[in-house]
Amino acid sequence: MVAIVPNYGVWLAVILFAIGMAGLLVRRNIVFMLMCIEIMLNAAGLVFIVGGARWGQADGQVLFLLILTLAAAEVAIGLALILLIHRRYGTLDADALSRMKG
Amino acid sequence: MLHYIWLIPALPLIGFFILAVTAGRLPKLVAGAVGTASVGLSMLAVLAIWVQVGFTPLPNGGYTEVLWQWMSVGGFTPTISFYIDHLALIMMSVVTFVSFLIHLYSNEYMEDDASYSRFFAYMNLFVGSMLILVMAANLLFFYVGWEGVGLCSYLLIGFWYNNAAFDQAARKAFIVTRIGDTAMAIGFFLLFNSLGTLNIQELMHRASTAWVTGQGMAIAGSALILGGAVGKSAQFPLQVWLPDAMAGPTPVSALIHAATMVTAGVYIIARTHVLFQLAPAIQLLVAIIGALTLLIAGFSALGQDDIKRILAYSTISQIGYMFLALGVGAWSAAIFHLMTHAFFKALLFLAAGVVIHAMDGEHDIFKMGGLRKTLKIAFWPFLIGSAALTALPLITAGYYSKDLILTDAWTSQNGAWWLWVMGIVGAGLTGLYIFRAVFVAFFGEARRAVTHYPKLRVVIPLCILSFLSIVGGFVEIPPHLGDIAAFTTFMASALPTVLLTTQPVPSATLAWLQIAAGLVAFGSIAMAALLFARRAPLFNMLARSRGGRAIKQFYAVGCGFDWVYLRALKRPYWRLAEIDRNDVVDSFYTAIAALTRGCYYMLSATQTGRLRWYATGIAAGAVAFVALAVWR
Amino acid sequence: MPVAFYISTLIAIAATLLTVTRYNAIHALLYLVVSLLSVAVVFYTLGAPFAAALEVIVYAGAIMVLFVFVVMMLNLADMTSLERRWLNSRMWIGPGVMSLILFGEIIYMLVAGPVTAQPVHYVGPAAVGVALYTRYVLAVEIASMLLLAGLIGAYHFGRRHGGERPGREA
Repeated sequence: MVAIVPNYGVWLAVILFAIGMAGLLVRRNIVFMLMCIEIMLNAAGLVFIVGGARWGQADGQVLFLLILTLAAAEVAIGLALILLIHRRYGTLDADALSRMKG
Repeated sequence: MLHYIWLIPALPLIGFFILAVTAGRLPKLVAGAVGTASVGLSMLAVLAIWVQVGFTPLPNGGYTEVLWQWMSVGGFTPTISFYIDHLALIMMSVVTFVSFLIHLYSNEYMEDDASYSRFFAYMNLFVGSMLILVMAANLLFFYVGWEGVGLCSYLLIGFWYNNAAFDQAARKAFIVTRIGDTAMAIGFFLLFNSLGTLNIQELMHRASTAWVTGQGMAIAGSALILGGAVGKSAQFPLQVWLPDAMAGPTPVSALIHAATMVTAGVYIIARTHVLFQLAPAIQLLVAIIGALTLLIAGFSALGQDDIKRILAYSTISQIGYMFLALGVGAWSAAIFHLMTHAFFKALLFLAAGVVIHAMDGEHDIFKMGGLRKTLKIAFWPFLIGSAALTALPLITAGYYSKDLILTDAWTSQNGAWWLWVMGIVGAGLTGLYIFRAVFVAFFGEARRAVTHYPKLRVVIPLCILSFLSIVGGFVEIPPHLGDIAAFTTFMASALPTVLLTTQPVPSATLAWLQIAAGLVAFGSIAMAALLFARRAPLFNMLARSRGGRAIKQFYAVGCGFDWVYLRALKRPYWRLAEIDRNDVVDSFYTAIAALTRGCYYMLSATQTGRLRWYATGIAAGAVAFVALAVWR
Repeated sequence: MPVAFYISTLIAIAATLLTVTRYNAIHALLYLVVSLLSVAVVFYTLGAPFAAALEVIVYAGAIMVLFVFVVMMLNLADMTSLERRWLNSRMWIGPGVMSLILFGEIIYMLVAGPVTAQPVHYVGPAAVGVALYTRYVLAVEIASMLLLAGLIGAYHFGRRHGGERPGREA
């Protein structure tokens, strides 16, 4: 196959991860926070794919699959929670939901 | 059969468990039955052992039953195990038998008490602990029993805990005995440290092979054990707790503070007699403590008006005789006196209990009187007990045991004429103080009506103990009078026989010693009659004089030991406590607590409840850890 | 192929940046879909066509559809003004710096070692399937359990409890 520097794939993953992290910290709307988590998970999956490509092993893709599963489950629960929060508190502002203050 | 000896202490403990768990919900009849029957079964078990090994010497002198290993720490592997030899067997018999009788007596005596079940629970716990103390094969297990009986003593002295003075007495008993117990624990540490075992028989064996007579370690070990014995047995200078311990119910005084627990000190010295033989100085100290105590307590008893306090001082004095016997190496004589004393002192206390009940709780003998006619059932036992205590020749058990001690005090190798003199003076005092009580309380005209007569469950123990107070001594009769030495022979497998002086004492001297003792007994009774019978005119005259009043006062406060301790120990201690009101030592720990609380407040501030702050925390942590991985 | 790799990389970065910065949830989601699709192309260029297909079907397809449903249900369109107020430029300073540091750290790690062009190995769906159902069969089971748990959890949360009012504690 073509010779690319697989390192650049990792570069991309790190960039995506950093953007996702910044977004997670900045956004107050929990829907956006969930999206940012998706971005970060996707970046993590990308690293596995790059690894698999570098060594020619199927394990990378298998692990990407597992991350995909995790993401799917997480989104299902997360969105259900968002619906519940919206129904109960009438807001999606993460900062407003601070009743767990110690 | 011997495999089941664990049942002997276990049965009373099971009884305790049942009574403690039901917490007074059982009807009185059942509670009393559980308490008494468990002790009775234990007594039967002891009897079964008698049948098996009582009349034949045990192989190797004793039998060890190991139940299980308690713990294993380094080389320290104490076991839960019992050891019985003839010494333990005598003690077990005395403890279970007297306990059973007193339990039976208590069934009726405590009938009107609201805490009937609690009383029996404590009493059963006591009997179980006492049996552990007697039967334990190693000193650690022994200490469990030792502290167990101390706890029961505390609980039962303070049985009527609504009375502040009784509480005070209970605490006093606990703290004073604790002083001795601490010394004893240190002694055990010392013995284990130098000999590497706490198994009593093994310890004695190693001590006798590894140490020479008069070695420092033997002296230290035996002195510390003596400290514990002195505390528990209420000997000089720790005797102050026992008179106050009379705050407990009368059966408690009879069982714990006369017949059994207070003699535990005598028992442990006899158990570890090898150590004391290796430390002649300490053995002499035992004799001196005993002689001093019997005199101090004898004088103090003269000044008491409370019938139970008279008996309490008399107990201290009699245990003084036992210590005297131990000190001169008359081991079996000490145990013999322990046994007869258990009978007649329990009898005296139980009879006194009947009197106190009959007088509506009155303790002052000067407010009684004339009970000879109105309360015969208490008079005769009390008279028999008094005669035995006075060691009235030939017909009482006390004579044979006390006479043996006095003779040995003169004739044994460690004995001395002056120890005999102190003993005989004490014997005179004994007759004087107990017959003072007899004449004042039972003769003369009645000052109060008798309100309460005992029934069967009280009368039976009185009769049995009266019988034993008379015949209990016939197992050991001196050479002149019949020469029976059954008790000494029986003890020979467990305790060495008394070493007599090298030049044999002429038998005429022995005879004179006995005659002197007999005369002193009769003389003291006559003296008591002269002084105290018929409203005590002579005594009143003496007591009214200035010197007489001072002496009476001095005796009444127990020769002033409490006074001295209050000024020498308690007041300085209170003053120190006053100074250290803010507790310097504790400030370190409160500082730790304050620091922890400060950290808590700081950390709880981070619990903002804001999701994004948590996420930021996680992200910052990730950044930091990756940084660590990069620039390690 | 390297050209495709670089182009889709650039698109992915741009689309992700836009996702994070949009006020309107639907717009952000569309950019996210673009980002995911371009990552799928990256997968393809890295010789992982099976993963690329799954990325398109599951991520860009199913998961994003779920997002769109929820955003529609919540009717987030009228929140754009609110979002604009929330997202002032000062908010970006802290997280931006932190992300840059993380980025820098990892990139430093990557460039610190020798950088050589490596051939990319093709790993086809058959190889992945074999690995999945032999060595990783237990992991597959666990993943299925996870999905089941997610299903039950989502159902439980989504259920309307009787007599429930907003602001009341459960």
